[in-house]
Amino acid sequence: MSASGNAPAASKDIDAAFSTQNEKGQLRFIICGSVDDGKSTLLGRLLYESRTVFEDQLSAAAAESPTYGTQGDAVDLALLVDGLQAEREQGITIDVAHRYFETDSRKFVAIDAPGHEQYTRNMVTGASTADLAIVLIDARKGILTQTRRHSYIVSLMGIRQVVLAVNKMDLVEYDRSTFGSIVDAYVAFANELGIESVTAVPLSALTGVNVFGSGEDTPWYLGPTLMEVLQTCTISGNDMTSGFRLPVQWVNRPDSEFRGFSGTVVSGSVERRMAVAVSPSGSQSTVERILGPSGDLDRAVEGQAITLVLANEIDISRGDMISGNGQPPVLADQFAAHLIWLDTDAMLPERPYLARFASASAVAQITDLTHRIDMDTLGRLAAKTLQLNEVGYCKISLDRPVPFDAYAKNRGTGAFVLIDRFTNATVGAGVINFALRRATNIVWQKMKVDKAERARVNQQKPCVLWMTGLSGAGKSTIADLLEQKLQAMGKHTCLLDGDNVRHGLNRDLGFTDRDRVENIRRVAEVAKLMVDAGLIVIVSFISPFRSERTMARALLQQGEFVEIFVDTPLEICEARDPKGLYAKARSGKLANFTGIDSPYEPPQSPELRIDTTSLSADDAADAVMRLLLSQE
Amino acid sequence: MLNHLDRLESESIHILREVAAEFRNPVMLYSIGKDSSVMLRLALKAFTPGNLPFPLLHVDTTWKFRDMIRFRDETAASHGIDLIVHVNRDGLEQGVGPVTHGSRVHTEVMKTEALKQALDLHGFDAAFGGARRDEEKSRAKERIFSFRSSTHRWDPKRQRPELWNLYNTRVLPGESVRVFPLSNWTELDVWQYIQRENIPVVPLYFAAVRPIVERGGLLVMVDDERLPLEPRETPSEMLVRFRTLGCYPLTGAIPSSAATIPEIVAELRQSRTSEREGRVIDHDQLGSMEKKKLEGYF
Repeated sequence: MSASGNAPAASKDIDAAFSTQNEKGQLRFIICGSVDDGKSTLLGRLLYESRTVFEDQLSAAAAESPTYGTQGDAVDLALLVDGLQAEREQGITIDVAHRYFETDSRKFVAIDAPGHEQYTRNMVTGASTADLAIVLIDARKGILTQTRRHSYIVSLMGIRQVVLAVNKMDLVEYDRSTFGSIVDAYVAFANELGIESVTAVPLSALTGVNVFGSGEDTPWYLGPTLMEVLQTCTISGNDMTSGFRLPVQWVNRPDSEFRGFSGTVVSGSVERRMAVAVSPSGSQSTVERILGPSGDLDRAVEGQAITLVLANEIDISRGDMISGNGQPPVLADQFAAHLIWLDTDAMLPERPYLARFASASAVAQITDLTHRIDMDTLGRLAAKTLQLNEVGYCKISLDRPVPFDAYAKNRGTGAFVLIDRFTNATVGAGVINFALRRATNIVWQKMKVDKAERARVNQQKPCVLWMTGLSGAGKSTIADLLEQKLQAMGKHTCLLDGDNVRHGLNRDLGFTDRDRVENIRRVAEVAKLMVDAGLIVIVSFISPFRSERTMARALLQQGEFVEIFVDTPLEICEARDPKGLYAKARSGKLANFTGIDSPYEPPQSPELRIDTTSLSADDAADAVMRLLLSQE
Repeated sequence: MLNHLDRLESESIHILREVAAEFRNPVMLYSIGKDSSVMLRLALKAFTPGNLPFPLLHVDTTWKFRDMIRFRDETAASHGIDLIVHVNRDGLEQGVGPVTHGSRVHTEVMKTEALKQALDLHGFDAAFGGARRDEEKSRAKERIFSFRSSTHRWDPKRQRPELWNLYNTRVLPGESVRVFPLSNWTELDVWQYIQRENIPVVPLYFAAVRPIVERGGLLVMVDDERLPLEPRETPSEMLVRFRTLGCYPLTGAIPSSAATIPEIVAELRQSRTSEREGRVIDHDQLGSMEKKKLEGYF
């Protein structure tokens, strides 16, 4: 027999405590600021005073304090929250910690953010879900670069309430004017950021003054303690102005009788018999049933995980968005957004990334980086790429239309993350400003003579023979022989050679990663036009990055892209050095040279791999010919 | 407005559905404890009226309380659930156990190694666990979707950024994620939800008179004859309950008279020690839990 939860006769007091418990609201707040401003100590103080720290945890912190602590023999409260061994050893916070505590009136999720610039991406993780931010400042140091950086991110993430906690007041003898001048400077900065509400509190996380208890040491301060602010501020939900939004996560179809669409209500509410529309299809229907976590509902609201059954059979799949009829989301394949870069590999314009929205996923390219934000001065800087932790304003183009809203209108449907398609790292996060209509106004012209017709006249199957490999691998030599052999057979061809194209079409491009991506993008587009014209196109480019070769492949139809890896070991290329480039690169006279100080990513499954250490150039060209003929 | 438990419930259901939709071969780690019971209930809700779209996996160290195993089999049968039970046969043949080999080796071989064996054997690419961030300080640092390398290792210094509820579900063949739908729940939330939803849990959580020996400050229950007693050691009958359940020789009871859920909640509110204080495996080395997690433990 197993025991179950139905308690027989609990006392009324316990029952009452039970229900008020559950009616308490929950506030999620992030503690940010620069290194050593005392974030972890403040959180330790909050946990300690709210009696969330248990005796065994406190004694563990006390035992570690002499070794890792920064407070001499006293217990270092930061050790209560710095949970990773590396953090304790170095006395710093590396990643966000989520800690939970409650008072008589409210429950709290405290998110402790790292202060070091290099870990800003972890701070962003914490800020994305917070309702309020505590910006901590060391009274002796005032506003630092990292204070401004964190405040900028707080505003970017749409957090509207900030508590300015001027810490270490004990070290400036609780001086009123020190506090006043920091507050004045900060409020001016926050106004520029559009942060609506700033409440400033002078405190000491170390001594506890103005954290929970009122401060006898600051008789000149009549405002609330930090805890009073946290207990009384308003808890903002997602904005309701955009109406009902349900991104479809899962189609629930256990049998032929039942077909429901599961997801979480991101904003607004839905009722039975309400008219709804589906994006991107535009289909319309009426809500027949709403299944909540505990059974059928008449109405579901923001935050609820539900399953909708609609009145008629319409085609809906994961990634679609169900909305209130008459209040649809925007549907577009281009938009402007603020993007924060989260990866050590820089953002490359035009490189295809995977974008994840609340509803759908799509392949995304940054087509235009308008400017980068200097988070210290809020100025706009010209930029070609974004490095780790940098924020830029850019235009993004998708491979298909996706439903979304502006982030300012809807935090739930206006955000996205970017994922590298090869490493699977989460490399960027963005908030959408508005859709760009440009693409929707250019209508594709349907022509009478098409690719198939031209191919028929040419009597050949058009394709791209894409030769990739290191400089000096033998690509150009093989390509030249290959074209001669094709011409001899009466085939119509064109050869695009890396060096030659750089003299004309791409002469404005250099050899940075960003320019290499653009170089390949243009060549791929030109090759595609030539395939449309019915030609066999030989491309001979180093094309070092896997993702750009994949992009070229994606532009063409199945079977039209033939990747040929001219595989020659670096030592041999370097020994050959037909253009003397390796020597220059080794001596430092040539930067960003593939194989030396710029990476080459070999193809994982090319259609053909040519090992030039065992094949002559002529044999290699023949191998390509055999492959071509076998496909005709 | 949703109340606090409703919000937690919906957040967890969202996570469960996301995994079912995005992963090829997910599994739910079922450890029989209260958190697993809550997680299972949430999963049943997430996919109703359909069945669970993934199996349950119990890594059996062979040293669980007898009540736990009984409860596990009853639960699986009553919901018609596909339950996989995995035991590290190599470890069993070598006679690895907590009494002979100590907590660290036992946990490493019979739990961590066993778990990795089972995940590899079935090729699971996502595994749900019932861990909560409020349990332990290294868990407070973990993502909801926690990436694991092809050798099941966690790298706490290189966690993927995790913004909003837009989870990165991409893994290469051999890699996987551990997913924690109860990340934002506290011990108190779990008990309140068990009460509200009338969820069955193992009777060991409720106070009863049980045979106990005291060892190094730990109240160990004599659950079967495998626990060797010292010459002058005789079990005494004590009124105790368990706040957390694991292998019986490694899990300490607490003196308690809390026999109902409201009494447990009242006890928790006054408690001055943490939930996992009675777990030997958390204290057998400095930064214990983090080290075990690095190696692939949940």
